[in-house]
Amino acid sequence: MTEPIVKYTDVHKYFGDLEVLKGIDLEVMPGEKLSLIGPSGSGKTTIIRMLMTLEQPTSGVIEVEGEPLWHKEVNGQLVPADEKHLHKVRGKIGMVFQHFNLFPHMTILKNCTSAPVNVLGISKEEAKERAVEMLEKVGLADKMDNYPAQLSGGQQQRVAIARALVMQPKVMLFDEATSALDPETVGEVLEIIRDIAKEGKMAMILVTHEMEFARDVSDRIVFLEDGVLTEQGPPEEVLGNPKSERLKSFLERFIQTSTSN
Amino acid sequence: MRDIINLWDWDTLFDAFPSIFAAMWLTIGLTFACYAFALVFGIVWTVLRRIPIRPIYWLVTFIMNFIRTTPPLVQLILIYVGLPDVGIILGSITAAILGLGIHFSTYISEIYRSGIESVSKGQWEAATALNYTKFQKWTKIILPQAIPPVIPMLGNYLIIMFKEVPLASAIGVSGMLLMANIYGAKHLEYIEPLTIVAFFFLLMSYPSSLLIKRLEKKMNRRFEKKVGSSDNGKEVTAS
Repeated sequence: MTEPIVKYTDVHKYFGDLEVLKGIDLEVMPGEKLSLIGPSGSGKTTIIRMLMTLEQPTSGVIEVEGEPLWHKEVNGQLVPADEKHLHKVRGKIGMVFQHFNLFPHMTILKNCTSAPVNVLGISKEEAKERAVEMLEKVGLADKMDNYPAQLSGGQQQRVAIARALVMQPKVMLFDEATSALDPETVGEVLEIIRDIAKEGKMAMILVTHEMEFARDVSDRIVFLEDGVLTEQGPPEEVLGNPKSERLKSFLERFIQTSTSN
Repeated sequence: MRDIINLWDWDTLFDAFPSIFAAMWLTIGLTFACYAFALVFGIVWTVLRRIPIRPIYWLVTFIMNFIRTTPPLVQLILIYVGLPDVGIILGSITAAILGLGIHFSTYISEIYRSGIESVSKGQWEAATALNYTKFQKWTKIILPQAIPPVIPMLGNYLIIMFKEVPLASAIGVSGMLLMANIYGAKHLEYIEPLTIVAFFFLLMSYPSSLLIKRLEKKMNRRFEKKVGSSDNGKEVTAS
């Protein structure tokens, strides 16, 4: 049996007095495509932000390829990780943000080559080669000398995807990657993500409100409510035959809002 | 009428001119020296205030406020005639650079801070996600975005500094103002030499301020073009 690439064990997260995650146990297999769905405020985003080291879990352990992320083993004991350890493990993870977060002072090409050169230490030529390949994949190689502000939201998000891909992560996180987009550009971004998912090698965790899309790309869908994973399974099962009342009403609300659009 | 005509004498003007003109270079040089000191020392304040230990933050903020809310003239005299009491004897030019430099560094530090805070949280997060080291985050991502928009403000402080430098005459720095005063005392003619001083300041400050206005416009344009639409107003997509 293969080992999970990401494993959450009894992970809790508090923001002040508010318990956002109440004991998360979750495993993601290499190459698996997992979608996290649930009402806003349920903690979906926090789950992936902890994996990207943007939030620190209050308790519990997150492992990446069997290695604790926020902890370090010293003499058989788990102690809080230092920046050096985080830096090492974090390199396996990539993330696409809701608001793209492209670097406005760099051209599109530079956005995609700066991290490979500075972080991975590869040559400028190789970085450019990789970047151009990824920009072609997202259909924006012709924009590489432009600045982010000269692109539409959808185009910026496609660049952000290319930028993350150039780093060749083993796990890619998508944090509501289409929520900040104009409706007419949502499709082009979903299309790209779908293509990447089909290639298969990389594990993907998607936080999304696009149910049809989640059904299409995911191997497994997890429903999260009030900081607890309440239901999970293959897309047909979770979306087609929800067991709990809460998931049922969540999905119904969803269908209503998407048909009224 | 007679009095007014007597008040102004062209011969006196030409007589006073050479010594004041010679002192101009000291005033300009001192301005740049104080400014350079303030730019560097401003970094020190900014870094100190970012240490995530509350008491340090409070202490540094208190010291900065203290420096900012007391007159620079008092600080200059304190440094020049007060420090020798504790065994530190400084020349008047060194004391002026230190005094005005530290005073203005507190303002410069605020400008740095506003620049850094203008960079959105998302930029930090993207830099983390791409696994930049802390040092690289600052040099590659944050500072290149934080500094350009505050360059006009920094420029303004150069002009303000220039106009404050005559304070150093109080501790014996022989800049334009002191030379004009000396001339005045010697010949009992103050109007002409002081007019020359004022004229020199005008001659340098005014074009500089125009230059900075242009720079400001340019920076605003540049920043709007590049940042603008990236993450505003798109959250609300009406259904």
